[in-house]
Amino acid sequence: MSRDVLIRELRQIVGDRYVLTEKEDVIVYEQDASILQVMPEVVVLPADVGQVSAVVRAARRANVPIVPRGSGTGLAGGAVPAEGGIVLCLARMNRILEIDLKNRVAVVEPGVINIDVTKAVTKQGFFYAPDPSSQAACSIGGNVANNSGGPHTLAYGVTTNHVLAVEAVLDDGQAVWLGGRVADSPGYDLCGLFVGSEGTMGIVTKAAVRLMRTREAVQTLLAVFDRMEPATQTVVDITAAGIIPAALEMMDQLTIEAVEKGKPVGYPRDAAAVLLIELEGVREHTERAARLAEEICSRNGARQVRRAQSEAERQLLWKGRKEAFGALGALAPNYYVQDGVVPRSRLPEIMREVAEIGSRYRLRIANVFHAGDGNLHPNILFDMRVPGELDRVIEAGAAIVKACVAAGGSLTGEHGIGLEKKAYIGLLFNDDDLEAMARMRRAFDPDGRFNPAKVFPTPITCAEMRRQPAKIPAGLWI
Amino acid sequence: MINIPELDQCVHCGLCLNQCPTYRVLQLEPESPRGRIHLVRAVTEGRIEANERFAEHIHLCLMCRACESACPSGVRYGRIAEAARAVVGPPGSPLARALEGFVFTRLLPSPLMLRAVARLLRLYQRSGLQSMSRAFLPARLYEMTAMLPPLPDRFFTPQDEPLPARGERRAHVAMLGGCVMSLLFADINEATVRVLRRNGCDVLIPKAQGCCGALNIHNGETTMAKVMARRNIDAFLDCGAEAVIVNAAGCGAAMKEYGHLLRDDPVYAEKAARFARLVKDASEFLAALGPVAPRGRIEMTVTYQDPCHLAHGQRVRAQPRALLTAVPGLRLIEMEGSDRCCGSAGIYNLTHPEMSQELLREKMVSIATTSAEAVVAPNPGCMLQLGYGASRYGPPLPVFHLMELLDRAYGGEAPPSI
Ligand SMILES: Cc1cc2nc3c(=O)[nH]c(=O)nc-3n(C[C@H](O)[C@H](O)[C@H](O)COP(=O)(O)OP(=O)(O)OC[C@H]3O[C@@H](n4cnc5c(N)ncnc54)[C@H](O)[C@@H]3O)c2cc1C
Ligand code: SF4
Ligand code: SF4
Repeated sequence: MSRDVLIRELRQIVGDRYVLTEKEDVIVYEQDASILQVMPEVVVLPADVGQVSAVVRAARRANVPIVPRGSGTGLAGGAVPAEGGIVLCLARMNRILEIDLKNRVAVVEPGVINIDVTKAVTKQGFFYAPDPSSQAACSIGGNVANNSGGPHTLAYGVTTNHVLAVEAVLDDGQAVWLGGRVADSPGYDLCGLFVGSEGTMGIVTKAAVRLMRTREAVQTLLAVFDRMEPATQTVVDITAAGIIPAALEMMDQLTIEAVEKGKPVGYPRDAAAVLLIELEGVREHTERAARLAEEICSRNGARQVRRAQSEAERQLLWKGRKEAFGALGALAPNYYVQDGVVPRSRLPEIMREVAEIGSRYRLRIANVFHAGDGNLHPNILFDMRVPGELDRVIEAGAAIVKACVAAGGSLTGEHGIGLEKKAYIGLLFNDDDLEAMARMRRAFDPDGRFNPAKVFPTPITCAEMRRQPAKIPAGLWI
Repeated sequence: MINIPELDQCVHCGLCLNQCPTYRVLQLEPESPRGRIHLVRAVTEGRIEANERFAEHIHLCLMCRACESACPSGVRYGRIAEAARAVVGPPGSPLARALEGFVFTRLLPSPLMLRAVARLLRLYQRSGLQSMSRAFLPARLYEMTAMLPPLPDRFFTPQDEPLPARGERRAHVAMLGGCVMSLLFADINEATVRVLRRNGCDVLIPKAQGCCGALNIHNGETTMAKVMARRNIDAFLDCGAEAVIVNAAGCGAAMKEYGHLLRDDPVYAEKAARFARLVKDASEFLAALGPVAPRGRIEMTVTYQDPCHLAHGQRVRAQPRALLTAVPGLRLIEMEGSDRCCGSAGIYNLTHPEMSQELLREKMVSIATTSAEAVVAPNPGCMLQLGYGASRYGPPLPVFHLMELLDRAYGGEAPPSI
């Protein structure tokens, strides 16, 4: 089938307005929130599952790849059409179809924005737990594909723990439901398999997600440390004491400096590290846990432990954390972020190692991360205009990834492999592992039509790939 | 295309997408802030041309700057978009462009000509011609004239004699009359002057002032805009005022950017930066001064529409609300999305009626849900648009400027529409 025939067919399916082919339209779909760019040939925005099926069938007849895209906030190049073809953007499918509070389930379309699920049920005292820092922008479909987490992952888990079932369009164009409304449906956990498949197995067209009851009480603490070591030790001790905070986040001195330079929230500028600890639950329990956490902080030599006295103060403490990545622009024109994970108990040593890697490569590294999960986000600060600096940055990044894997961890905590990290996947899996995964994928997508050249370490054949020249690593996940 | 340093600050994170009204309606990345920035960047890199299609994306932007409020990296989108518009020119057909060119470079810069046109309009409204014109004017044109409120008997005229403070003298300020405000909303300007005087301000309204040039700048016309900016700087800078008070959000936002507009002007760059620091929205100034407590009661529930160029352009959100709720008897009920554009956006409602009306319909639904008795929107563009929305889509509520209600609470004249 020729390109023109395909495009005519696509227009018949979704209407002229939602098939984009002109360069001044498709070029904006060449990139997500990473720095990798490949221009799509055509972008299609379907309105419902029927249209998705029809598009998939047309693509199959024309033998072109399909790359699903939600909001394009992914940080690993997942929504970048590495092999060209169709970008299938699900943004228009953004209806909340059903809210069933009795069974605590919401059924939503993939383009629904993460925070809108919570907004739809806040008044009734419920929320949707996975809260990526990008939650005001990212889509549920993207969250499902990347199995995204967030600051509150520590207590509530990642996306897969909150998705009961997905409706997916598979490579023959059929829509099927995987999983069921009740927890633990019999048979293989195909829903669990689909979550985290980064758009390589099919298109998510609906998701049934779990709603949770808003907690009765919440306490937020800011613990201030003069050295990094006792701060990381505190993280280890808090969880060892059996407290499961809702969130346990760390920011180091450079990050604090950046936040306070931009929109200050009152973090002490001279501290080596601060921990943001949030506890929630039943009132008495929360109070007890907060007191215990304060005690552990003090025992480890925290210079100060401040408890937010009002909702406004709590919001302010979080604001600094949530906007930290944006603020890093105040320290350096560029930064490159890693997403490695280590077992919590290894935090003190990995932080030493990250600092050591920084000095070895003569680079400043700002850390702001999900300490409770052992999910690091070292931001390597640099200036692209300094000759040779970028090379050192990429080497330092690789050294950090390797150190995490060597410490018994993983190369990405929450952002997926996509295009960006596929070269590193061999650090974690051997050829047999990869072949087993590839077979699983082929069971869903025998022709490799969906999101080709992602995740697996195959070379990219497309010659058109470029890196955003003005700003190299813009990965700013946190 | 010229070099735009602001482009480098965008890290492509997408956090601005859902705050963008045009993206919310269309869900298309080229109609989003990140998409538009990407397009402008592609033009500066020579990867695409600044052609018709590019211009369409740039023109569909409302210039509401909601994306700036959302952006954690502090990207000054407004500057990027203005630079892009300077390249593609104003929107519309060749005829519309010619008309816009005339308005920007001839009509707006000339207070005398503006007044003459306003008088003609007043005649048109009062002679009964307007009601007859429905029969022979094209529907679009008729709708346009129908959006205008009745023009007042008297226009607001600057005068070089300062009007003295009432009570203890606390500040000496100058005020911008504004082209639209002076003609369509002369009574609101008068109310603003009374409110300022009640708060202990000597108020000077320098005669040499003129239109602020905001419409020009938003539509990429910078040559005449600079002339207009320099004229205002000359009129205000050395008049001894501690602040230049503005009661139209769009004008205030533009005047606060004079420093940027004239940054390369060897004579005016420094003056412009100094002038920009003096510019204050009336509510911003009063809140900082510490307003005299109003004593008159107004038993009414209102909802507040954040003008884009006040909330996003000047980061003024809390002050107008504080002033409103300080009025005895006045209750404020927040609407959903109060800082989302109502679709007025300068001349946008004329150039892009479809998107503009879509946003207005949504806005009227949010307003209706509050069951407020009136809407407050301290900006002439929003007042016109919301007034039109109230009559076209309902609920049929009066629309007030913040200064009108304050004036009434201070015992000034009651706004005629209650
Ligand atoms: C500022 C910022 C903060 C962030 N913080 C976090 C964080 O705290 N935690 C975290 O985990 N991530 C975070 N991220 C990363 C990103 O937001 C998440 O990966 C998010 O889930 C991506 O959603 P999206 O809708 O933008 O997906 P996209 O970027 O559009 O796509 C991501 C992947 O999902 C696939 N996909 C999208 N929709 C579908 C669908 N309907 N069916 C099948 N596949 C689909 C795409 O092909 C791609 O592989 C952050 C990103 C930014 C920019
Ligand atoms: S100015 Fe308003 S319409 Fe334009 S890109 Fe920003 S948010 Fe969207
Ligand atoms: S303008 Fe700001 S919020 Fe929008 S994509 Fe760029 S950096 Fe992110």
